[in-house]
Amino acid sequence: MTALLLARAQFAFTISFHFLFPAFTIGLASFLAMLELLYLRTGKPVYDNLYRYWLRIFAVVFAMGVVSGLVMSYQFGTNWAVFSDKAGPVIGPLMAYEVLTAFFLEAGFLGVMLFGRDKVGPRLHFAATLAVAVGTFISAFWIIAVNSWMHTPTGYELGANGQFMPGPSWAAIIFNPSMPYRLVHTVIAAYLTTAFAIGGVGAWHLLKDRDNPGARTMFSMAMWMAALVAPVQILAGDLHGLNTLEYQPAKVMAMEGHYQSHPNGAPLILLGIPNSKERRVDYAVEIPKASSLILRHDPNAPLAGLDTIPLADQPPVGIVFWAFRIMVGLGFAMAGLGLLSLILRWRGKLYRSRWLLRLAVVMGPAGFIAVLAGWTVTEVGRQPFTIYHLLRTADSVSPLGAPAVAASLVAFAVTYFTVFGFGIWYLLRMMAKPPKAHEPALPNDPTRTAGVTPAPALLGGTET
Amino acid sequence: MIDLTVVWAGIIAVVIVAYVVLDGFDLGIGILFPRLKPGAERDTAMNSVAPVWDGNETWLVLGGGGLLAAFPLAYAIVLPALYAPIIAMMLGLVLRGVAFEFRWRDPAHRAAWDVAFAGGSAIATFAQGVALGALLQGITVTGRAYGGGWWEWLSPFSLLTGFSLVIGYALLGACWLIWKSEHGLQDKAFRYALWLGPALLIAIAAVSLATLTLEQQYYLRWIRYPGIVLTAPVPLATAAIGVLFFRAIKQRREAQPFFLALALFGLCIAGLGISIWPDVIPARVTIWQAAAPYRSQVFMLVGAVIMVPVILAYTAWAYWVFRGKVDAAGYH
Ligand code: HDD
Ligand code: HEM
Ligand code: HEM
Repeated sequence: MTALLLARAQFAFTISFHFLFPAFTIGLASFLAMLELLYLRTGKPVYDNLYRYWLRIFAVVFAMGVVSGLVMSYQFGTNWAVFSDKAGPVIGPLMAYEVLTAFFLEAGFLGVMLFGRDKVGPRLHFAATLAVAVGTFISAFWIIAVNSWMHTPTGYELGANGQFMPGPSWAAIIFNPSMPYRLVHTVIAAYLTTAFAIGGVGAWHLLKDRDNPGARTMFSMAMWMAALVAPVQILAGDLHGLNTLEYQPAKVMAMEGHYQSHPNGAPLILLGIPNSKERRVDYAVEIPKASSLILRHDPNAPLAGLDTIPLADQPPVGIVFWAFRIMVGLGFAMAGLGLLSLILRWRGKLYRSRWLLRLAVVMGPAGFIAVLAGWTVTEVGRQPFTIYHLLRTADSVSPLGAPAVAASLVAFAVTYFTVFGFGIWYLLRMMAKPPKAHEPALPNDPTRTAGVTPAPALLGGTET
Repeated sequence: MIDLTVVWAGIIAVVIVAYVVLDGFDLGIGILFPRLKPGAERDTAMNSVAPVWDGNETWLVLGGGGLLAAFPLAYAIVLPALYAPIIAMMLGLVLRGVAFEFRWRDPAHRAAWDVAFAGGSAIATFAQGVALGALLQGITVTGRAYGGGWWEWLSPFSLLTGFSLVIGYALLGACWLIWKSEHGLQDKAFRYALWLGPALLIAIAAVSLATLTLEQQYYLRWIRYPGIVLTAPVPLATAAIGVLFFRAIKQRREAQPFFLALALFGLCIAGLGISIWPDVIPARVTIWQAAAPYRSQVFMLVGAVIMVPVILAYTAWAYWVFRGKVDAAGYH
């Protein structure tokens, strides 16, 4: 094991864990804001109870998102020092903006959102929930800008000292060619992930008690989301893929399993086993000319394959190929479930069809898997570069010995599996309890602090 | 023309001060945690920081992000050099951060999460202190990269700064508890402050003297004329604040000890600045060598000037919402 390989493993491990949590909090924060708005509008207690139910879950997910994110912000320096030195002038300011405009916003209002309901009143509390939800979105905006710049770098100049320097326009850096696609696709992914998690929980409780009003409401809301948004995600993914074809064709070749060029119409390989040694896909199940149809909108259009790319610049095919199929397969499964729910809803059987409910339970974790698969396509497909065509991964790594990186990787693995293992178990336990008619607030909240002015204390006075 | 590099060095310094001011006391609560009785005492201590710890820690994220953005070369050299302490700090912060939520969700394992909270806080603090010491004692630089091995950070001096910071944060934690709690817990906090105060003063003296031996630059600045004219007020002010601190404890003032303890930290950071200015990596890399290009500096400055006051405003509001004394109770 080289230090480079270990550093890559460490980055992939820590970012994968991190991303699971934001994927959930981005959607959950919006869901909570929606519930609170509905409650303020209608006054129906079911919304309030659902708010309290999911707020407890949100608090745990958010805590895990924060601590795993903190790790990420130092990983660039510890393991990817050369990358940081070279790209810092361009991506550093974007990440600083993320902290200034998003992280503080979320963290600042989180306390009020979790513990402040009785102190600030319903409207201000709703504003705090909204601030947290907006914060998660702003956070995604900046970090996706950073990530996308690494895929489609624009707007930079090369400095004499080897650094990437910002050019005259920051907009050219932030709104780089793949950024709008990646942002839309990722935010929708977060919403879908949340919708299926909520839908799974609702279905689970409906299977045991068909009349639980909380379970009905959450299941219904989630299924609306699935039915409406999953098809949009397929469309967004398609557009994202076309964008990738334009700027990172090698990645698309790996996704499609196209080792060879196809001068008159490329087949769409549905399944098969990529064989990089022989440079072909074994046992391929394929639809002739369909790939050209999707990617070029013409069944006979020629499509270049990996044989046109120097070997040293090719991404690994197997991982990208499989991860892509997992994501797309889940995407269609989600849209399918959404469609089913529409039909059954129309027939008035949404809460009664046991096989729909069972299916929804099974699909509960689908979003998380799809999201990780999607990021694997994106990131592994960029290899062997960190900044596409400009900086190789092998040239980005910190000057550290393998033992140091190995030791820290083990420490991360042990800590993460223990801590987040418990965390996920707590989440499942909370979700296993049905939403009740009178959900309690967070247990042991800091309270009884209102109404005491700090002024005398500030002046060094005694108890008020 | 204003030199933006200097402005950015100032901003990073402010961020470090804000981090220490805000996160120091909540890490300190963690360090003191094993001394608090399970049940009401621990719950109260935890509740006193639960609504604000996340915001406090965000200053650390801004410190990392800001350093990468404003002084990328420093970020790229310092973090590999301090690899082990930085990783230890992050893992410590992971453990303690989740404990805020987990201990309430799982009464059966609460004792274990209390250990994680205390241990994580202590490890994170110690690692921060070690990192500071390692930076002060000097880092091997080759070209644009770190040139040393992965144990270079370890020395008697860095261990000393590590222990000193643990004492310092524990003191901040005790003073915070004096301010935010009542009755038995407050009495306890007063007792701890009474011996942590002198312990910190001794630690400050020890670190200061040891620092003088590290680099010629430090010695010249602090001891020789004319440097000493500028620097002498720092130790004198430290001593004066030490005296005020004891008076405040003796008179059982509630808020004063906290702010006086913060003032001690402020002086230490000022002293640090005097020692290393104008370097980011002492005696190796100056702020101008490490600085990001002008366009990066300007772009971020716009954001910082607009956002920092806004952030301070709503942070202050959040503290205001959770003002006053705390206890262990839930909603009534
Ligand atoms: C719920 C999650 C989810 C679902 C159902 C889908 N995706 Fe996706 N996909 C993601 C979640 C995701 C992601 C994790 O968010 C990625 C990683 C980076 C990004 O922009 O989005 C991603 C990346 C990604 C990429 C790589 C782009 C690049 O790196 O250049 C492509 C081509 C697609 N997706 C295409 C699709 C298609 C055609 C889908 C239709 C079925 C689909 N995705 C469903
Ligand atoms: C949006 C912010 C992100 C940034 C800036 C980013 C940046 C990076 C960097 C610097 C590396 C290490 C160098 C390399 O091996 O290429 C990397 C690799 C990787 N990242 Fe990302 N990443 C981001 C998001 C994600 C997410 C959310 C995932 C989720 C699963 C992910 C998965 C991976 C994987 C699997 C690798 C290893 C690829 C390989 O080395 O073969 N990334 N990324
Ligand atoms: C290498 C890449 C990344 C870094 C350095 C990073 C850094 C961080 C940090 C430091 C936090 C904690 C903020 C706090 O203190 O409140 C955080 C949380 C968050 N991150 Fe990431 N992150 C990365 C990747 C991503 C990606 C790819 C996304 C989304 C598309 C994302 C979205 C979020 C969101 C929404 C939060 C706040 C919610 C939560 O904590 O669960 N991050 N991140």
